[in-house]
Amino acid sequence: MTAEPLLRLEDVTKRFGATLALDNVRFDLRAGEVHALMGENGAGKSTLMKILSGNIQRDGGRIVMDGRPIDIRSPLDARAHGIAIIHQELNTIPAMTVAENLSLGREPRTRFGTLDRRRVLREAREKLARIGSDIDPAQPLGSLSVGMQQMVEIARAVSEDARVLVLDEPTAALSRAEALQLYALIGQMRTAGVGLIYISHRMEEVWQLADRVTVLRDGSYVGTGAMGELSPEDVVRMMVGRAMGDLYDHAPRVAGDVVLAVEGLSGDGIGPVDLEVRSGEVVCMAGLIGSGRTEVARLIFGADRRSGGTVAIDGVPSRPADPHAAIADGIGMVPEDRKDQGLFLDHSVEINVAISSLDRFSTAGVVRRAEARQTVLEEMGRLHLRKNAIDLAVKALSGGNQQKAALARWLMRDSRVLILDEPTRGVDIGAKREIYELIDALARAGKAVLVISSDLPEAIGISDRLLVMREGRIVHELSSDRATEEEVMAYATGTAGRAAGASHGAEA
Amino acid sequence: MTNEMKPLAQAAPQDGAGRPPFDFAKWWDRVGILMVLIALVLLMSLIAPNFNRIDNLLNIARSISVNAILAAGLTFVILTGGIDLSVGSIIAVSGVVAVVLAIAGLPAPLAVLAGIGVGALCGLVNGALTAYLSLAPFIVTLGTMTFLRGLAYTITAGQPIVSSDLNFKGIGIGYLFGVPIPVIVMAIVFLIAWFLLERTRYGRHVYAVGGNAQAARLAGVRVDRVTLSVYVIGGACAGLAGVIFAARVISAQPTAGTGYELDAIAAVVLGGTSLAGGRGRIVGTLIGSVILGVLSTGLILLNVPFFTQLLIKGVVIIFAVAIDSLKTRPLPFLRGSRRAG
Repeated sequence: MTAEPLLRLEDVTKRFGATLALDNVRFDLRAGEVHALMGENGAGKSTLMKILSGNIQRDGGRIVMDGRPIDIRSPLDARAHGIAIIHQELNTIPAMTVAENLSLGREPRTRFGTLDRRRVLREAREKLARIGSDIDPAQPLGSLSVGMQQMVEIARAVSEDARVLVLDEPTAALSRAEALQLYALIGQMRTAGVGLIYISHRMEEVWQLADRVTVLRDGSYVGTGAMGELSPEDVVRMMVGRAMGDLYDHAPRVAGDVVLAVEGLSGDGIGPVDLEVRSGEVVCMAGLIGSGRTEVARLIFGADRRSGGTVAIDGVPSRPADPHAAIADGIGMVPEDRKDQGLFLDHSVEINVAISSLDRFSTAGVVRRAEARQTVLEEMGRLHLRKNAIDLAVKALSGGNQQKAALARWLMRDSRVLILDEPTRGVDIGAKREIYELIDALARAGKAVLVISSDLPEAIGISDRLLVMREGRIVHELSSDRATEEEVMAYATGTAGRAAGASHGAEA
Repeated sequence: MTNEMKPLAQAAPQDGAGRPPFDFAKWWDRVGILMVLIALVLLMSLIAPNFNRIDNLLNIARSISVNAILAAGLTFVILTGGIDLSVGSIIAVSGVVAVVLAIAGLPAPLAVLAGIGVGALCGLVNGALTAYLSLAPFIVTLGTMTFLRGLAYTITAGQPIVSSDLNFKGIGIGYLFGVPIPVIVMAIVFLIAWFLLERTRYGRHVYAVGGNAQAARLAGVRVDRVTLSVYVIGGACAGLAGVIFAARVISAQPTAGTGYELDAIAAVVLGGTSLAGGRGRIVGTLIGSVILGVLSTGLILLNVPFFTQLLIKGVVIIFAVAIDSLKTRPLPFLRGSRRAG
């Protein structure tokens, strides 16, 4: 602590109108350390990082780098000071090639003033090599996975000699293998003396990577500690201001009759898939990103064209040609990407929640508005959503509350089968817990719940059974109370023996 | 429970409890365009001679009816995020068909219905190409705009068909209880449009498709059908507008409605409907049409030369769009509101 840290934020304050978004927040970063920044959604993490990146200006406090106070008035200033941020929503241009993205804003030119394409490619290759990546710089960025795109952004930051690198939820959309690659890269940068600020909701990850953690709550500084001195429970308590208990705790559930029965379902690169979900049961589809879980969900829901197989609800065949028909048959789905596929961001909570139940709340096509609004309010109450949020545009809500609005839609519809694709992604820990409670309550009310989760402890913790997918098929089924993360991962990656995978392929 | 814990940290003031601060965007959404209209009317009645005489006001109402009916139908299309450039040409085709059939002896109500039907049919083609072949509506309707104009010229051999005793001319030049019939028709069209958009399931589906087509599909909205239907509505309204236009000039004009699609789009956008879809009000479209009508009539009464009228109209349209963009652009300090913290 005696040495001057690389970067120090002192009493940083930020107001938005009447709201105090940051209240005298402190933070310091040493060269060569990974410093985790944690807090619930709305705690002020993003605001603090936006001040650091020059996107917004602080109202008070000091930013000190190498012992000298600095001002960051624009993203260009931040770059000049060696501060780089890898945003949750990537800042790249998908239609351009990797190399073009890497040279963006500082394109090399030939003697004639035209773009020096050969040099663009060569420099890109060098930049990628510096982070040990063998991505082909000539391919369009958009053709890469999110993880690879992130690598490209990191390569850009490294090539600009960033000394402070902020990673905002970097693994949220990464497969396991990609995450491991990222962890290795983080280790490398740490050795090179870069200071890393790591924002993540994933406890295990933070404990694995970080040297220290700083927790914010409600825009205020709560505390900083070395990872060795703190337990995950301590940090959760600091984040929410109270003890949480075991997140996944739920009383044993009793499964009833089969509600959702899927046989031989196949589609583009998927299947054949057989699966059953019983009344009162929570079944979780585990597997790597790209293993086909979302595709299976979409096929069941009629969102994509199926090439074969049957779906039955309560023994009655459902031949959903489109989601409209699937919903009529009693299926509801909360898609993975709630902003692009789940919600109408500009529209009110009421409109968003009621949209799929309007047939039940209208007479001859005319909406019975008072009744529909009343029901929306009731569902919001069940989900602990503030009732006066009903007329707010959904985009004004936090991630957790947006997800609750997406869930409320199917509560209102009272669907028999619920398919929840990554229901807690990007959701703070308080809302996470409420979503788990809701899933449990739905199962207890006799619903059949099919969850997709990439968060293994969550997948095991909240479900009764696990279906492990790999390469478009269900390769293994196991009971959640006996499952271990290692076992699930082994089947998901195919290291558990090809023989087991083949023999389980069809009957799981 | 998490909500009560963190109003302090929400970057978006709306998400916190308590009274939200003054919000220009919301205020403008509610009354802004109406203020513009009132200011314009006050201005005109002060400086333009005879502006606020009843007969002049009725005259304005009648003169805007064709554009307003066109704009009402177009509002549906634009709310889904689409566009229809062919409505001006539909005016010509439906007018021609209605006049030709009337001359051939078809009774007036049937001739009127035939005109509306032809418009709806044109809309069906636009809608089917857009919804089921996933073609860009701008291109599709650019094509049908040209095609239908050609069709109108072909049927009429390029010459107006004049029929001084046109049996349905009343819908263009008649009066009922002292009110011009086109104004009454316009009022009925807007009432129906308002009811559909504000009170029915169908209306909510229209907004949903424009707000986020993918999300609408996954919420059970049959996006294809809704898309098809809005072009049919747009076409039917254009057909009706074409019949009224033909009745007013007591003839079938192959050049009828040239450029009207742009005036109609201007009225819709002036009324606050977003060209991106999902946001807007039919009442705004009515006000937008009235503003354009008041402006042209007022400028004529003021003896402003036609060329200058165009300059002023252009400035007004850009002004309206600028305000629309101002209210949708996230102010810098609100940009973090989706993921504060």
